[in-house]
Amino acid sequence: MTEQQREAARPVLEVSDLHVSFPSEAGTVHAVRGVNYAVHAGEVLGIVGESGSGKSVSSMAVLGLLPDSADIKGSVRLDGQELLGRGDAEMSKIRGKGIGMVFQDPLSALTPVYSVGNQIVEALRVHQDLDKKAAHERAVELLDLVGIPDPRRRADAFPHEFSGGMRQRAMIAMAIANDPQVIIADEPTTALDVTIQAQVLDVLKKAQEVTGAAIVMITHDLGVIAGFADRVQVMYAGRPVESGPVDEVYYRPRMPYTIGLLGSIPRLDEASPSQDGPREALVPIDGNPPSLSALPPGCPFEPRCPIAVDRCREAEPELLTAEGADHPSACHRAHEVGTDELPRSQVFPVPELPAPTETERLPRDQRPTVLELTGLVKHFPLTKGAVIKRTVGTVRAVDGISLDVREGETLGLVGESGCGKTTTLLEILDLPSGQAGTVTVFGKDIRGLSRADRKALRRDMQIVFQDPMAALDARMPVGDILAEPLKTHGWDKARIAARIPELLDMVGLEAEHADRYPQEFSGGQRQRISIARALALEPKLVILDEPVSALDVSIQAGVLNLLDELKTRMGLSYLFVAHDLSVVRHIADRIAVMYLGRIVESGAADEVFAAPSHPYTQALLSAVPLPDPRKERERTRILLSGDLPSPADVPSGCRFRGRCPKYATLAADDQARCRDQDPEPAGVGAAATDHAAACHFAAGIEVV
Amino acid sequence: MGRYLLRRLANYLVLVVVAASLTYFLAGLSLNPRLKFEGRNPPVPEATITKTLDDYNMNPDTPVVVRFAHWAGDIAHGDLGRTIDGDSVNDDFGRRVGVSTRLLLLATLIGSVLGVAIGALGAIKQYRFFDRFSTLASFFVLAMPVFVIGVALKIGATALNDGTQTIKVLGEYDSQYAGQWGLDALVNRAQHMLLPALTLILVQVALYSRYQRSTMLDVLGSDFLRTARAKGLRRRAALVKHGLRTAILPVVPLLVYNIVLLFTGATFTEKTFGWHGMGELLVDSITKQDVNSVAAVGLFTAVLVLIAGLLSDLLYAALDPRVRVR
Repeated sequence: MTEQQREAARPVLEVSDLHVSFPSEAGTVHAVRGVNYAVHAGEVLGIVGESGSGKSVSSMAVLGLLPDSADIKGSVRLDGQELLGRGDAEMSKIRGKGIGMVFQDPLSALTPVYSVGNQIVEALRVHQDLDKKAAHERAVELLDLVGIPDPRRRADAFPHEFSGGMRQRAMIAMAIANDPQVIIADEPTTALDVTIQAQVLDVLKKAQEVTGAAIVMITHDLGVIAGFADRVQVMYAGRPVESGPVDEVYYRPRMPYTIGLLGSIPRLDEASPSQDGPREALVPIDGNPPSLSALPPGCPFEPRCPIAVDRCREAEPELLTAEGADHPSACHRAHEVGTDELPRSQVFPVPELPAPTETERLPRDQRPTVLELTGLVKHFPLTKGAVIKRTVGTVRAVDGISLDVREGETLGLVGESGCGKTTTLLEILDLPSGQAGTVTVFGKDIRGLSRADRKALRRDMQIVFQDPMAALDARMPVGDILAEPLKTHGWDKARIAARIPELLDMVGLEAEHADRYPQEFSGGQRQRISIARALALEPKLVILDEPVSALDVSIQAGVLNLLDELKTRMGLSYLFVAHDLSVVRHIADRIAVMYLGRIVESGAADEVFAAPSHPYTQALLSAVPLPDPRKERERTRILLSGDLPSPADVPSGCRFRGRCPKYATLAADDQARCRDQDPEPAGVGAAATDHAAACHFAAGIEVV
Repeated sequence: MGRYLLRRLANYLVLVVVAASLTYFLAGLSLNPRLKFEGRNPPVPEATITKTLDDYNMNPDTPVVVRFAHWAGDIAHGDLGRTIDGDSVNDDFGRRVGVSTRLLLLATLIGSVLGVAIGALGAIKQYRFFDRFSTLASFFVLAMPVFVIGVALKIGATALNDGTQTIKVLGEYDSQYAGQWGLDALVNRAQHMLLPALTLILVQVALYSRYQRSTMLDVLGSDFLRTARAKGLRRRAALVKHGLRTAILPVVPLLVYNIVLLFTGATFTEKTFGWHGMGELLVDSITKQDVNSVAAVGLFTAVLVLIAGLLSDLLYAALDPRVRVR
C-alpha cells in the first residue's frame, strides 16, 4: 500500500487527540497528552517508549479499561464508530470482538483457577452464540493454530501447567478467538526468553495473517518493532514525539529523543573494537523522564536534550513534518537534525572511556586467574514424603561446568531462564565445599579454607543483583547501606565517613545523597548505589547478576558505561550474567553460553559472536531482534521448537538434541551418536584460540 | 489425591488421640468430683460417695492412669461414660449436638455468605461510603465481647416487643411445643432462634468480611481480571467469576475451621440465650467437676478439628487446581 492509498483508506482504529489524566495526591497526573494514530487493516503499528511514557495507559483508554477516576478526552474510533463515552455494557461487546488484547506476563494474565480451554471458551461464548461443545472444539482449533502441541489434551490444563511461552500462545488464541479487527499487544514478549520471544512473535504474525487484523504493538524494545512493525510511533512524557514508517524513523530520525534511544542500545551486529584501544562507550541519555504531574512549560525532553535552545524552554513543539523531513516529529529543531548542519551522530556527545590498563592489554594467558570453576556440580534431590523422605529424582541445576575469569576481563555468562546461571552464581558466592568439582578463587581452592580465610575472600568478591529496589533495604539511608560492608569488615567510623562520599562520587551520585532513602532514587540511580555498595571494599572480582535488565535502555547505557569505566579504573574483573545477548556483546571480553546446567559454547566474545558453532548459540543469536528494520527483514530466524526441558529430566546423550534444528537434518547413525554420547566441549575455529563448543557436529556459521 | 487424604486422615487421627488423652489427664487431675457430693444436706455417707464415684469412674483416689485406661476402653466401645448426675454422656451429647446444629446451621450459612459478600463489596468500593461504614461496623462488633452483644440484643428486643412476646429471649422453644414440629412449633422456634442466630451472624460477618476484603483487594488489581474484561466480560461478571472466585480461596480454610469449631465454641451465645448446646456443656461440666463430660467435649473438639482439616483440604483442592496432587 502506498502512502496515498493508505491516506485514502479508512483506518480500522483511529485515535485522535487522546488525553488521559488521573487525580493523585501530588496533583493531576497527565499520563497521556494528545496521542494520535491510525492503523489500517493488516498493518502493524509499533508504539515504543520507556516506562511511564503513557503507551500502556493509552491502550487501556482505547479499551475503556481505565479506572473510573481517569479523565479521558479526545476520540477513539473503531471502524468509524466513536468508542469513548460508551458504557461498560456497550464496550463489553467491543472488547474481545472488535479489539483483541494480548498482555504482558501471561502467568498473571490468566485466571489461575480455570483451565486454559475454559478461558478461551468463555471468550468465544461472550460474543458468539455457540454451545459448549462447539465452543470447546473451536478453542482446541485455536490452540492448535497458535502451536500448542496436543491441543485437545492441553486445553484441559491450567495456566500453571503451561510454560511462559505457551501461556502467551494461549493469550494470543484468546485474543483472536472472535476475529478481531484490531489486536493490541502490550509488551507481549517482555517477560520471555529470546528464543521464546521469537516463537511468540512468529505466532502473532501468523495470527494476523489468519484474521487480517491490524496490530498495535506496544513495547520498549526497538529491536522487536524493527522487524515486526510497518509504522512506528515513539512516545515520550505522554505524547508521541516522532512517527512514521519504520525505515524512516530508524534511518532518518529527526527528534533527539529517538536518536538517543537508538544510540543507547548495545548492538549485537556491531563488533567490539580491538583489545588495545579504549572500549567504545554507549551513548546514554542523561537525566530521567519528567514527572507527569508537574510538567514545566516547553519541550518535556528539553532537560535531557543536548541540542536544546531557548525556544525549547518556552513552548512545547507540535508533532509536525518539518521542512525537508518526510515524517512528523515534535522538535523545534527537526528541520536541522539529521541534515549536514547537525548530523545525527553529533546530537549526543559520545562519552569517553579510560584507556585500557597494562593488565588489560596483556595477552590473556599471561594474566592471573581470579576465578576458576572445574566440573562444578550442583544437584538438588527431589524428595517425597513428610516424615520419611525418599529421593525420587534429581534436579541437575548445574551439571559439571568449567570456566575461568582472568584479571581485568569480563566473562559474560548467558543462557535462558532455568539454565542454571543463578545456581552457578550462588554456588560461587556461597563458597561451598561443593558436591563435585572445584572452585578456585584468586588461586585458592576454597575447600581447604578456614572461616577467617573465607571472610577475607568475600571481601574480594562482591555481587550486584538484578532488582536494585529489592536488593536495597528501603528503611536504610543510602549512607548506611554503603557503610554496612565496611563495618562488617572492621573499618573505623572516621574511615567509613570519608569513604562514603568517595563511593557516591565514583558512581556518579552526589555526596549529599547519603542521607536519602533508596525509594527517592530512580531505577538507574538505585543500581548505581548497588554498584557502589559492591565496590565499597575494593574487591577484585564483581559478580553482576542481570544488573541492567530492570532498566530502561537510555538508563541502561549509562550504567553499562559506568561498569566499563570502573573496571578499568579499579582493575576489576567481572562475571556478568545476563540473558540479553546484545548487552553481553557490548560488555564482555569472553562469553560462556549455558544450556540446561552445562556450558555448551565458550570463547572470546568476538569469535563466538562472529562464528557461533553450537546450534543452540546459533539459535539464541538469531532470535535476538536487531534495531535495524532492513537487516531484520533480511534475516531468517532459526526457530527452536518447544521449551527448555526440565533439569529433573535431562535427555540422554546431547541434552539439546530434542530441540536441535541440526539434529533433525542428520543421518540416522549421526543421530544415534547425539542420542548416545554426551558431547564434550571441543575446540572449534582457529587452532590458536580457545573457542570451544559441546556439539558432535559443531560448525561455525554467521547468524547476526 | 485419595492417598494424600488418607495420609492426612492418619495424621489427624494421631492428633485426636493425643488431644483427647491430654484433656482427660488434665480434667482427671485438676477436677474433684467428690466436691459435688460433699457438704450436702442431708450429708451423704462417705462410702456411698466413694461407691458412686467408683461407679462413674471418677474417683480421684484411683490413679489417673487406671481411670484413663477404663475410660479409653469404654470409648473404644462407643461409650462416653456417665455424667456426674449419673446420666449417660452419650444421651446428653446427642441432645446437645442437635441443639447446637439447629442453632448454628442457618447462622453460619447466612454469616458466611454475608461476610464474603460484604467483604468483597467493601473491596470493590474501597474508601467509599459502603466500605468505610462496613469497616467501622465490623470493628465495632469485633471489639465487643459476645455476651455484651447478646445482652444488648436482648435489651433491644425487649424494647421492640413492647410488652408482647414476639421476639423470645430465652431457650430454644416454649415448653408446650416440646417434641412438636408443626407450623406453630416452627414459628415458635424461629422466634427463639432470632436473637442467638443474629449474635452469631454479626460476629461471623464482622470477622469474615475483614479477611474477604483484604484478599479481594489483592485480586482487584490483578492482570487476569483485566484479561477477563478485555475479552468482553462485563465488569460485574468479571468481578464475580474471575475476581471473587479467586479471592475466596484463601478465606476457605478460615471459614471451614471457624464454622466447624463453633459447635463447641458458641459458649457465650448459648449461655446468654439459654440454649443447652455443646458450648454450654463445656462450661457447665467444668463447674460441676464432671470429668467425663469435660473429656468428652475435649474428644469431640479434637474430632471437629479433624473434620475441619479434612473438609478444608478437600474444598481447597476442589477450588484451586494448583494444589491438586496428581
